[in-house]
Amino acid sequence: MSAVSQVEVHEHSEHAHEEHHELGFIRKYIFSEDHKVIAKQYLISGIVWALLGAFMSLVFRLQLGFPDMDMAWMKPFLGDWISLDDKGLGKLDPNFYLALVTMHGTIMVFFVLTAGLSGTFSNFLIPLQIGARDMASGFMNMLSYWIFFISSVIMFVSLFIKTGPAGGSWVIYPPLSALKEANPGSGDGMTLWLVSMALFIVSSLLGGINYVTTVINLRTKGMSMDKLPLTIWAFTFTAVLGILSFPVLLSAALLLIFDRSFGTSFYLSDIYINGQALPNQGGSPILFQHLFWFLGHPEVYIVILPALGLTSEIIATNSRKPIFGYKAMIFSMAGIMFLAFIVWAHHMFVTGMNPFLGSVFMLLTLIIAVPSAVKGFNYITTLWKGNIIFTPAMLFAIGLVSFFISGGLTGIILGNSALDIQLHDTYFVVAHFHLVMGSAAIFGMLAGVYHWFPKMFGRMMNNAMGYIHFWITFIGVYLVFFPMHYIGIAGFPRRYYQWSGFETFNTYMDLNAFITIAAIITVFAQIVFILNFVYSIFWGKKATANPWKSNTLEWTTPINPGHGNWPGEIPTVYRWPYDYSKPGAPDDFIPQNVPFSATPESNLPEENELIEKEEEINSIKFDTSLHD
Amino acid sequence: MTLLIAILSILFIVLTFMVVSKTQAILKGLTKSEVEDSEYLGAPDKFNSANGVGLFAFWIISIVGIVWSFVAYKKDFLPEASSVHGKETDYWFWVSMIVIMIGFFIVNTFLFLFSYLYRHNKNRKVTFYTHNNNLEIIWTTVPAIVMAGLVFSGLRVWTKITSEAPANAEQIDIMGKQFGWTVRYAGVDDNQFGKYNYKLMDDAGGNPMGVDFSDPNSFDDFSNASEMHIPKGKPVLLKIRARDVLHSVFIPHMRVKMDAVPGMPTKFWFVADKSTADMRAELGKPGFNYEIACTEICGRSHFGMKLLLVVDEPADYEKWKKSQKPLLTENPDLLNKVPDNLKAKAQKYVASDEPAEEVVPEVVASRVLGNSNKVLK
Repeated sequence: MSAVSQVEVHEHSEHAHEEHHELGFIRKYIFSEDHKVIAKQYLISGIVWALLGAFMSLVFRLQLGFPDMDMAWMKPFLGDWISLDDKGLGKLDPNFYLALVTMHGTIMVFFVLTAGLSGTFSNFLIPLQIGARDMASGFMNMLSYWIFFISSVIMFVSLFIKTGPAGGSWVIYPPLSALKEANPGSGDGMTLWLVSMALFIVSSLLGGINYVTTVINLRTKGMSMDKLPLTIWAFTFTAVLGILSFPVLLSAALLLIFDRSFGTSFYLSDIYINGQALPNQGGSPILFQHLFWFLGHPEVYIVILPALGLTSEIIATNSRKPIFGYKAMIFSMAGIMFLAFIVWAHHMFVTGMNPFLGSVFMLLTLIIAVPSAVKGFNYITTLWKGNIIFTPAMLFAIGLVSFFISGGLTGIILGNSALDIQLHDTYFVVAHFHLVMGSAAIFGMLAGVYHWFPKMFGRMMNNAMGYIHFWITFIGVYLVFFPMHYIGIAGFPRRYYQWSGFETFNTYMDLNAFITIAAIITVFAQIVFILNFVYSIFWGKKATANPWKSNTLEWTTPINPGHGNWPGEIPTVYRWPYDYSKPGAPDDFIPQNVPFSATPESNLPEENELIEKEEEINSIKFDTSLHD
Repeated sequence: MTLLIAILSILFIVLTFMVVSKTQAILKGLTKSEVEDSEYLGAPDKFNSANGVGLFAFWIISIVGIVWSFVAYKKDFLPEASSVHGKETDYWFWVSMIVIMIGFFIVNTFLFLFSYLYRHNKNRKVTFYTHNNNLEIIWTTVPAIVMAGLVFSGLRVWTKITSEAPANAEQIDIMGKQFGWTVRYAGVDDNQFGKYNYKLMDDAGGNPMGVDFSDPNSFDDFSNASEMHIPKGKPVLLKIRARDVLHSVFIPHMRVKMDAVPGMPTKFWFVADKSTADMRAELGKPGFNYEIACTEICGRSHFGMKLLLVVDEPADYEKWKKSQKPLLTENPDLLNKVPDNLKAKAQKYVASDEPAEEVVPEVVASRVLGNSNKVLK
């Protein structure tokens, strides 16, 4: 928390002299309506959550890699969750193990990769890249962050209550999550989880509606939809996905709250627990799974699409080459968005759902592989005959593409219902989604931080530390998740505290230990990033206005853009954002705000015709003043 | 272990300090080497080539690592399939695996090769290449065709696996609870399951599965909470249920997995084609046993929900069934649950261990457990 306030103080001194009407510190940096400040708030919250989530994973990785380990040394911070046996050996409580798994999933998926990624970059880049003074509603934007903050606080508090946080895994399937008797985590921890998530959904909806509205209404002169950077397309699709699917999770959560607290039977039926038959009848646990995955599946695209959007921008800029297949990229994202809504039940092939439904969902699931593949091919072709500059951002973007491909391919096996019978809920699934959406999205987020850091903080991050961070993390992630496929193919089930009770799962102790060590190294490598991040905010090399020679509008703002982003008029847009290394042009980039009439030497024939239209674009009158 | 962690953390702190000090030096070096455009902070630095080469080198080393580890760990992949459909899914698993491995190697190779080939070079002229619709069409259709092939093979297998069980299938009622499995057999006398109802469940009273003893079919039913026996070569239909939270029946060697859902009975049928003895001989492990695990998170001891599975030769299986004691015999107090008019019929299961001679009249319609459950309500 002290880091946050320091950042804010620093920002304050940087900006103070540029402001016309001075807002108080609180209005400017805490309850700020400025999209850039809100973005940074999301970013820093996301990083804090990511570290917490990562360290949780280390605790349960130690349990899995070294089940006989003496964990007494963790007693100072885990307290009673470490119990000492008669020999004085510290053992992790199995209930707390489940709670850790649950919290790791919840934190990473929602608080880091949804709020931290979309919240940061949609907020930061949408107004800057479409040429807007701010979000459509600054107030809603502020509400969105602070509701997220309250949601975070509630989730954080749940870590410290006596019965522990929610422990039914991040999917919180009832009846386990509905019955207090079934698991200590299903008591107050679960209540807090549900309240926190309900608030999170409200926050996410406020954000999402704002993003879509802004993109539709506040584009600058000449910024037609076919001139939008792919990042903006990605954020828009993401927001639409969120708006349409999060309410379904909210309803699922509400019904669960009713079942838990008000005696309804939406998800409960025929239950005998603790020596008692419960009166609930007629409910269906499968109903919850349908509702949950109706969000849950789009959620993975909510996580990965923004990362892919950021990557598109970074790869084009640093290859000094236009993104290959701009329209194909948009269509494939649109295809992914549409299909994302109709594949949810592939998470439920073996839940007892009608097998015919399984067939339908298998068909739809494998179709979604096609647009995903197209995206991968387009990235690679963008690199082809480019002139690649390996900034840390570019390295992370390339890492993302590799993870997206490697992890996505195993999805073809899991999406096949017949093959999923054996692999469902094994480590094969864990390995698959950690690569394709976990690591890939985190890499997208890191790439985004490295790339847009100069615009966020007016300083550069250190490259050498960036390279070290990339190499350890990239190799580490593969070392963690590649062998995990092997464990999954051998049939090891997920969410097991240990496997030694089964002869069938009594192999691969060496692989599990190896994965744990690789995970420890990978997580600790993030310290390099944190050091670099904090150091560069204060003492980093001063940035220039356009350090990467990029085309998009955010680089036409001052080094430290103030409230309203552009001091004068918002630039007008004449061309698409990917005119890199255009033949005939003196420099290897032509920003979007350079009219074709100024670049006769590099114009394509059809672009010369557009020169006539420039007058028309210039004469558009928008009311771009800020309404307070 | 603690020591290892301690050493690692110390190592890490030292490394971090080294990194920071090195960084300072490099930072200074960088500012000196800067030329041309002082605005262009993102210009390729002296590590640019190394990073490009590094990515390709990483890939080459990875290929070696992948091949080596695959060979080294292959023996424990997909534990030996012991069911008929399992051999088929294994086959398609490896077919799909080969297909995706080809994709994996080709696509990653291009990614890392291009990173290496096109690392920054002042003299290179970048090709301004924005799109190629033919290429897009090709790489949309090729994956689409491959997917279609995999989908149809998958559909065929899936439909077969999830089809109705053959009429002669051996039925077993398996119930998950926190934290264990209990199986129930229809008994040797009538080969009909007695109804059950969750409201009749009573751990203390010896009726954990809620068997309804007002149904005479239940009198010869027997159950077991430590072992499940199935015959080799004969279809087995698992009628799966749960009584508290979700569970999932997972028999790794049989390629069987199906959730157990409170209030919604599920099923899975399969044919085991290797007996426990066959597998012991084949693997050369005299101690080998099939196991049933739980794969749906169910609470604290989720990881301990084990049930042994014994696959017998059909004759041995029948013998084993005959040797099992009906629930009434095991727990004569249950006789109190039997209505007075049926007490006489039930009495013989309590009185003696002998298998009953008198055959209970067969109920004509073969009932589904879930239905009988509803009827009771």
